[in-house]
Amino acid sequence: MYIYDEFDRALLADRVAEFRDQIARRLSGALTEDEFKPLRLMNGVYLQLHAYMLRVAIPYGSLSSDQLRTLAHVARRYDRGYGHFTTRQNIQFNWIKLQDMPEVLATLAQSHLHAMQTSGNCIRNVTSDQWAGVAPDEVEDPRVYAEILRQHSTMHPEFSFLPRKFKIAVTAAAQDRAAIRIHDIGLRLHRNAAGEAGFEVVVGGGLGRTPFIGKTIKSFLHKRDLLSYVEAILRVYNLYGRRDNIYKARIKILVHDLGAEAFAAAVENEWRAIRDGALVLDDAVIADIASRFRYPEYDILPDESEALAAERSSDRAFDLWYANSVAPHRMPGYAIVTLSLKPVGAPPGDATAEQMDAIADLADRYSSREIRVGHEQNLVLPHVRQRDLPALFRALDAIGVATANVGLVSDIIACPGLDYCSLANARSIPIAQELTRRFRNLEAARDIGRLHINISGCINACGHHHVGHIGILGVEKNGEEFYQITLGGRADEQAGLGTLLGPAVPYEQVADVIEDVVSAYVALRARPDELFIDTVRRVGVEPFKERVYAAH
Amino acid sequence: MTAPQERKLKIKGPVVITGNRLGDGAVVYRTQGRGWSTSLAEALVTTEAETATALLRDASANDIDAVGAYIAPVIVDGHEIRPGNLRERIRVAGPTFALPGSEAA
Repeated sequence: MYIYDEFDRALLADRVAEFRDQIARRLSGALTEDEFKPLRLMNGVYLQLHAYMLRVAIPYGSLSSDQLRTLAHVARRYDRGYGHFTTRQNIQFNWIKLQDMPEVLATLAQSHLHAMQTSGNCIRNVTSDQWAGVAPDEVEDPRVYAEILRQHSTMHPEFSFLPRKFKIAVTAAAQDRAAIRIHDIGLRLHRNAAGEAGFEVVVGGGLGRTPFIGKTIKSFLHKRDLLSYVEAILRVYNLYGRRDNIYKARIKILVHDLGAEAFAAAVENEWRAIRDGALVLDDAVIADIASRFRYPEYDILPDESEALAAERSSDRAFDLWYANSVAPHRMPGYAIVTLSLKPVGAPPGDATAEQMDAIADLADRYSSREIRVGHEQNLVLPHVRQRDLPALFRALDAIGVATANVGLVSDIIACPGLDYCSLANARSIPIAQELTRRFRNLEAARDIGRLHINISGCINACGHHHVGHIGILGVEKNGEEFYQITLGGRADEQAGLGTLLGPAVPYEQVADVIEDVVSAYVALRARPDELFIDTVRRVGVEPFKERVYAAH
Repeated sequence: MTAPQERKLKIKGPVVITGNRLGDGAVVYRTQGRGWSTSLAEALVTTEAETATALLRDASANDIDAVGAYIAPVIVDGHEIRPGNLRERIRVAGPTFALPGSEAA
């Protein structure tokens, strides 16, 4: 966990006091809605269909157990007893009253939580790998650099009024779990031939109305140059990004229009002027930030996988969960455990206050008081002793977060959709709920293998439908909900956009069509272990189209 | 450039003026007495574009009680007023599934 210092605490207190005053002035009529709206958005407050929504930042997805308890308290005291974890490692509360907002933010601030950079045309909450710091395949903890970027960008006047919102993701692992290629800037920490650690810099990724996979504009950037280079990118964007058309204002449009090479040249030109200035990150600065991350004092433990074999052979439910939700840890005798927030029939990513409290207690007992949030809308306990896994499984199962479907067909990413969101054209959550019922058999889901279904209720693509192995996009036709289906998208290190399967289908047919797509895959796959995404890549969408539309 | 509220409005069938209450975001409807009610049954209904435009302009002039006012379709069935599309049905009744933690969930 990162430990905030006095500067951070004072900043949060000032921000709460400022927003308290702004809300009071709005409620008294001293501020009009037009004047107030940008102020509330800077504090993560949206107005949805039937209530205000507060989006709280969880920087790079790291939470302490006490912070999770605070979120549970907010859910219980000020909301309707639950929260929604989002694809940007934030949590959203859907029913908070504007008049309660100052108290909510003051409560959050006591736990070093806030809603800054969760909205508005600024650098948003910097996201990272939910396994950061514990993944065996990473170069070093990427959260150190996410935190440096957070500190540099928070309330930075030059980056508070960008042409449009700006999202940065950082990973340091071979496997991209942070979806960096669909961000405005994606940073991948890796080692060069000399063994030095530095960043691959990817720019111009993003989904929404005009989706693009980001382009690499620098294959190796020394860590010392991170801030100056990112600042150079932002300056080029600030200068040349379009402000006349909201649909063309993201950096991805600029990168596309200029071309990646010309964009990179403009960045290099800007960078030359500042690279040796005040933004150089010397080793001492990096070490200082890194020192504020606290890691558990790991015990020296033996690998317990053989000892767990007996438990696995005697308990099929534990065996399925272990095979699905438990991942190797960089420390021997430890494991990374993913908690599925995708139980059968439930809204993806939602957790009740009771679940949050229980998970916080389990984190205290089994995971050194730490929890992570992943962009797939699941939670993670990052420091679990392997020997504790059977007991932890039973405890997680008892609170409904041990469904063994992580990365499988029912582990669906979904935006809130028309059930909450004023931008949506169609519902997302009920589609996801029905699909989890259709694919509730975990043995069958395991046979289907890794398959990501992503659902968005409108073209803004908060549900990342473009990069779902199966993407589902809700549209409105003559007042009715229809859904476009794409196949073959992916958000990992081989990121790509899905291909449209065919005409949109009505709400009632979506689950049937998805079942047909999955059946077609099972029939088309070259061998049982050929993954869905690989089959689509091998055969294209046509064989799927023939089978699916013949049936409807 | 013409402001959105000044543009020629085309409506098909009965409509009401709706928005969200400032303090808590609750869905509210413009009433006959130029106030706001959380009950659709108390909404002022019109089928005239000109009237709807005037009502919206009046409702938007003061944004202390309600914000984001707009014209929404309704279905009038005898004395009953029902929301005219799915979005408005959800605004009246809430999400179309049981909320997490509720007894029905």
